[in-house]
Amino acid sequence: MIKVENLYKKFGKNQVLDGLDLQIGKGGIIAVLGPNGSGKTTLIKCILGMVIPDKGSIEVMDTPIRRTWKYRSEINYMPQIADFPGNVRVRELFDMIRDLRQRPDRQEELVELFGLEPHMQKRLSTLSGGTKQKVNIVLTFMFDCPLLILDEPTTGLDPAALIRLKRLIREEHSRGKTILITSHIMEFVAEIADEVIYLLEGRIYFQGSVEELKKMTKQKNLEHAIAALTTTTADA
Amino acid sequence: MLKILKYSFYDLMRSRWSYVYFLFYLLLGFVLLFLNNDVSKAVITLMNIIIVLVPLIGTIFGIMYCYNSKEFTELLLAQPIPRRSIFLGQYLGVAGSLTFSLVFGLGIPFVIYGLFKSNAIFDFTLLLVTGAFLTMIFTALAFNIAISNENRIKGFGYAVLLWLFMAVIYDGLFLISLILFEEYPLDNFSLVATLLNPVDLSRTLILLKLDISALLGYTGAVFKQFFGTNAGLVISALMLLMWTVLPVWRIVFVAKRKDF
Amino acid sequence: MKATFYFLIFSFATSVFAQNPGRIEICPTCEVKTLKDGIEAGMKGDTLLIREGIYKEFNIVVNKPLILQGEPGSVIDGEDRGEILRIVSDSVTVDGLTIRNVGTSYMTDWAAIRVVKSRHYRIQNVTLENLFFGIYLERSDHGVVVNNRILGDATDEYNSGNGIQLWYSKHVDVEGNHVQGVRDGIYLEFADEVRIADNVSTKNLRYGLHFMFSNNDIYTGNTFEDNGAGVAVMFSRNIRMVGNTFRKNWGSASFGLLLKEINDAEISGNTFEENTIGINIDGSNRVVYSDNDFIKNGWAVKVLGACYTNTFSRNNFLYNSFDISYNSKMNDNIFDGNYWSEYTGYDLDKDGVGDVPYRPVKLFSYIVNRTPETIILLRSLFMDIIDFSEKVSPVFTPDNLVDANPMMKKQQ
Repeated sequence: MIKVENLYKKFGKNQVLDGLDLQIGKGGIIAVLGPNGSGKTTLIKCILGMVIPDKGSIEVMDTPIRRTWKYRSEINYMPQIADFPGNVRVRELFDMIRDLRQRPDRQEELVELFGLEPHMQKRLSTLSGGTKQKVNIVLTFMFDCPLLILDEPTTGLDPAALIRLKRLIREEHSRGKTILITSHIMEFVAEIADEVIYLLEGRIYFQGSVEELKKMTKQKNLEHAIAALTTTTADA
Repeated sequence: MLKILKYSFYDLMRSRWSYVYFLFYLLLGFVLLFLNNDVSKAVITLMNIIIVLVPLIGTIFGIMYCYNSKEFTELLLAQPIPRRSIFLGQYLGVAGSLTFSLVFGLGIPFVIYGLFKSNAIFDFTLLLVTGAFLTMIFTALAFNIAISNENRIKGFGYAVLLWLFMAVIYDGLFLISLILFEEYPLDNFSLVATLLNPVDLSRTLILLKLDISALLGYTGAVFKQFFGTNAGLVISALMLLMWTVLPVWRIVFVAKRKDF
Repeated sequence: MKATFYFLIFSFATSVFAQNPGRIEICPTCEVKTLKDGIEAGMKGDTLLIREGIYKEFNIVVNKPLILQGEPGSVIDGEDRGEILRIVSDSVTVDGLTIRNVGTSYMTDWAAIRVVKSRHYRIQNVTLENLFFGIYLERSDHGVVVNNRILGDATDEYNSGNGIQLWYSKHVDVEGNHVQGVRDGIYLEFADEVRIADNVSTKNLRYGLHFMFSNNDIYTGNTFEDNGAGVAVMFSRNIRMVGNTFRKNWGSASFGLLLKEINDAEISGNTFEENTIGINIDGSNRVVYSDNDFIKNGWAVKVLGACYTNTFSRNNFLYNSFDISYNSKMNDNIFDGNYWSEYTGYDLDKDGVGDVPYRPVKLFSYIVNRTPETIILLRSLFMDIIDFSEKVSPVFTPDNLVDANPMMKKQQ
């Protein structure tokens, strides 16, 4: 699904991606983890074409993405901070994205699922953070795409919405989609992810299943496993 | 691109500031015409306003829009749309809505006043066209500043400085250098210096209509060639076009290479 | 009484004995085929009726009081060989002829019609084409030149002449003529008591109207448009200039009206529109300027050199790039009760007069005088700021040059 080779990116003096290689197959829920500043968001943005790498190549579904944009119609991206143009009403935002994407969607169903109907005529600037995140989720899941990238999807969600989100993710998974998630909530990752990628200093430090990670670090749960991973690297 | 343009335009057309801007021009037009009852005087006053205020508004609006629509831009960047379309669309949306406010804000009172029967229609049209150009140019320059400066305070500062420089400081330096080097032939220098500042360029373009009698008083051959023939009009118009196209091209160029 | 009686007898005699009494017909197929023959045959007071046709003649001398009456289509063609009609007798009338192809000479000023030392002449409805000098009045008083059309095609000053020239001629009425494409439209030298009214002088190489050493003249209701420079009045006294229009005289040394060494003149009710300089005043004193309109000129009034006791009142200054320009800090002229379109003051007591005095001289006009290229900064915000500060506290402009009673409304 995604093939990254020898990826380098520097912001000023800060080498964020340092020769990163990565292969992600089709299907599965992959959690991208790593300490702050390890390059998670940069990697995702590189895949989305929002950040242009200094060196290296990225292929999405077997096509190099350099200087192209059409491949993005096969990706649903959920950004970390759900901030939208304030003057626009929720319905208009949906209409606009649908107009831009021009493909079948299931907006109605998702709006109902997250109880957004009362907010459809409101301007986005008047919504609470949680509601905005729900809008964000609807926008992400309303199109049928083989690749989903979710950046901190749980931020600001109430438990009920969180459960619905998880259900949605699993549902997409069962349809054979590839889902890339970053999150700080280890519980959430442990519960949902098939595979974990651990980024450190701009490289892949670990890639494998949650079980493999636990085995490697000899820890019982993911949170501790990650913590152990972090300390061992700090020691090393 | 047209879709982005459409959404930016609608978005702006709904914002309070567009209304304020539109109403300001509407009011200005009515006050100038109906309190003064004198089209010629109104055109002169308008010229002063257009060459000072339009660049300022274009700059401020442009920079504000860029920083405020950051989230919108990022939302769009993840969509299957080329970057060129996103930025050109947004730029045209802002420049378009500003031009719209300017042209209709001033146009309506003039039409009601009976402009079409007045012989000032050419002067007035020239004013509006120059105003539109200045809007496009300064909005584009503001976009350039915003796209190259992540820090909004800094960006805002640069934008205001840019306006101040183009509208006032440049002419001050220009005047000082003319007086300092008055023994030398200054024809070419002053014409080039004029072409290099879009505010001066627009002013000259309007002068060609309003003050041709005075401009022809100067003896220099190059001046005469420039002001006395259509060459001046054509060159000025071409330069205005350049001033619009180059910054817009740079927006696209930088946007394509920028990380978000 | 006796003279009249003899004259009647004489007239009776000619009417009896001449073939066509008092009137001689000239046409290419008539018995009299040329003007010269006609003049020779004519008696004092006769009318020569010139029928349609082209008469190739020059150096025609009219030496007796005759009426030369041209029919439409009667053309005298000089074939560029010299002067055409020369009037040396009193009481000659030339009417309705077309005269063309006057010879150009660098030695003598050949004219289409020259009047020499004669009085009571009348030249009317004549059309002159392709000429050197047009109508040349030389030491000839008490004449009338009306409704003529003079259409030259001059391109260089050195080999072109003037349309209507008065030299040492007094009490002449020049009225309703149209002069274009010559060097000076109308030129007066040592011509006093002349009245020039309702003429149109346009597209001439040098001046539309030019006075030299001529006093007590009046010109009124004329239009001077698109000439090298409009009207030049030089070294003359007591000229009245009333109700004329000066338009579109453009160029680096161009003006609507030039006054050089003029004293005691009156300039009123004129319109100066779109000239590079409306009035250029050089060394002129005691001139009264009133009720004129200065519209869209580069400089409405440019004062050079020493000018004393001139008065400007009740004029309209409308949208000129510069209203008044001075080249010195001295001012002895009075500006009072004019309307200035740039005036931004207020009128709290509603008496129609602004409560704040107006300073018509901008600092910028000094800068432009000094460095002409700076004209390109006209109407820039920077210049406006400088002008404003100068208005608040004058440093370079004459302190007393103010209109203390600026009008709030344009005067009709």
